[in-house]
Amino acid sequence: MTISYQLKRADFIFKNQNDWEEVLSKSISRTPQELINELISSELKGRGGAGFPTGLKWKLTAEISDSTKYVICNADEGEPGTFKDREILSMVPFKVLTGMAVCGYVIGAKEGYIYLRGEYFFLLPELNKIIREFEYYCKEIKFDFTIRIFMGSGAYICGEETALFESMEGKRGEPRNKPPYPSNYGYMGKPTVINNVETLAHTYTIFKYGAKRFYDLGVQYSRGSKLFSVSGDTPKPGIYELELGMSLADFVEEFGDGDTKAVQVGGASGFLVPRKRFNETAIGFQGKLVGISLPTGGSMMLFNSSRSMFNVLDNYLEFFREESCGQCTPCRVGCQQLLKGIKAVKRGEKNTKYLDKLLRLTETMKLTAKCGLGQSVANSFSSIVENFREEMIY
Amino acid sequence: MNPVSELIKNLADQNGRNRHSLLPILQGVVEQEKYLSEYSMIEIARELDLPASEVFGTATFYSFLEYKKMGKYIIRVCKTITCSMKGKNQILLAIEDMLKIDVGETTPDGVFSLLQTNCLGFCHKAPAMLVNNEVYTDMTPEKVRDILSSYLKKQKEGGSHDN
Repeated sequence: MTISYQLKRADFIFKNQNDWEEVLSKSISRTPQELINELISSELKGRGGAGFPTGLKWKLTAEISDSTKYVICNADEGEPGTFKDREILSMVPFKVLTGMAVCGYVIGAKEGYIYLRGEYFFLLPELNKIIREFEYYCKEIKFDFTIRIFMGSGAYICGEETALFESMEGKRGEPRNKPPYPSNYGYMGKPTVINNVETLAHTYTIFKYGAKRFYDLGVQYSRGSKLFSVSGDTPKPGIYELELGMSLADFVEEFGDGDTKAVQVGGASGFLVPRKRFNETAIGFQGKLVGISLPTGGSMMLFNSSRSMFNVLDNYLEFFREESCGQCTPCRVGCQQLLKGIKAVKRGEKNTKYLDKLLRLTETMKLTAKCGLGQSVANSFSSIVENFREEMIY
Repeated sequence: MNPVSELIKNLADQNGRNRHSLLPILQGVVEQEKYLSEYSMIEIARELDLPASEVFGTATFYSFLEYKKMGKYIIRVCKTITCSMKGKNQILLAIEDMLKIDVGETTPDGVFSLLQTNCLGFCHKAPAMLVNNEVYTDMTPEKVRDILSSYLKKQKEGGSHDN
């Protein structure tokens, strides 16, 4: 099966933010229902990777009645191979702040927080300055909304929304059980909308130009454009805004070095696609696309034939072993055993059939781990071991 | 009053004495002291009226909240996939060679500590590293030697490079 969706560039996110005052004041002169409808008809889905419909998220939180609610911008960008959120916060921060404020208006929240990863501490002085300017304007138009920055301290798991709340509450960043979902029970137990940085920046585009401009980009089930963080064996690493739905083959033709052996879509928690599957893989959310459709938070890492897939998997597993919060056994012990297991097979201490046992272990982790971290280790593990089995052994 | 106790008191005055003030306070201490001593954690627990074990449990969860004595400049070299592919080990070797310490160690004069860290979010400019809060990208062994030399020079001049 071949996919014919082509790679198309888009240019919304980094386009000028100078009209933010107008976008904000115009948006909050509309009814919350209108704004929710606009978002729902744009079919914007969360850009952090999970792809939950943004309009629905706002709607669910708006429907809960509570005098205290929160808007949180998730800037704990930690997925290996992702670096777009930092760029948005340095280039067009006003779009993100405007998105947060409009969200606050829609759901009835007066406080917003940006959870910024510790690694991006250097952004703090500039961002605080911009927030002061933003809040000053809000006061001027008598719109009651404040934004604070909360710094992370080097924990990948805190990008998981409920772990992020725990962290903000001064605790270990251990994910909570779901349900209850953040729309009911989020930060401090209050209804909370938590959106990725890029998602908020897209809401700006939608409120400024209307849903149709956004909806017209991309393909069915995967509307709009998305920022891609391109790295690895590529002559042009960097950040690119592309329409969703392109085929991986097209992507590799544009960004590969002519010798691309595999592409990791969605970071260490995503899938590795080998060359023979480039043609049948599309980048977007699961839907009725032809072939396989892979969602991504934007991380695209290319590997050429000089790379050993064993080393790649070894690196991912070490990452997961360190970043697992340790709360649930399938993830804590599973990550350790997977790492030990592939090393043992490589050294010849374990029979090659042991790889199948490890694959079954990832299935168990997928079913029983408490959060997305433990559940998604299976993605990269199985896609690498199944496609490059011989490299795991010899 | 012990300077750390005073720092903790000031941080608590600024951030409040609630449980959700804990992380900013821990971060504030690390910013100044580079690490959390047992003494600091007990003091924070006292100030916030929390069990010391809770403070310890929270602090040790976060990789940037060190609880071992660290040098004035903490070097964190990214070891995740792209940086690793683009020569992270060469950078580590250059640093180890220059400072005569291994990963996880601090120079005897207490100026540098060398650590590895997970993805810094600069994969397009790999390899990357942090020195305290300062980011350095597209590293080469030559470049890293220059950077460390400039820190050493600053140190010798007695300048206080506060970041």
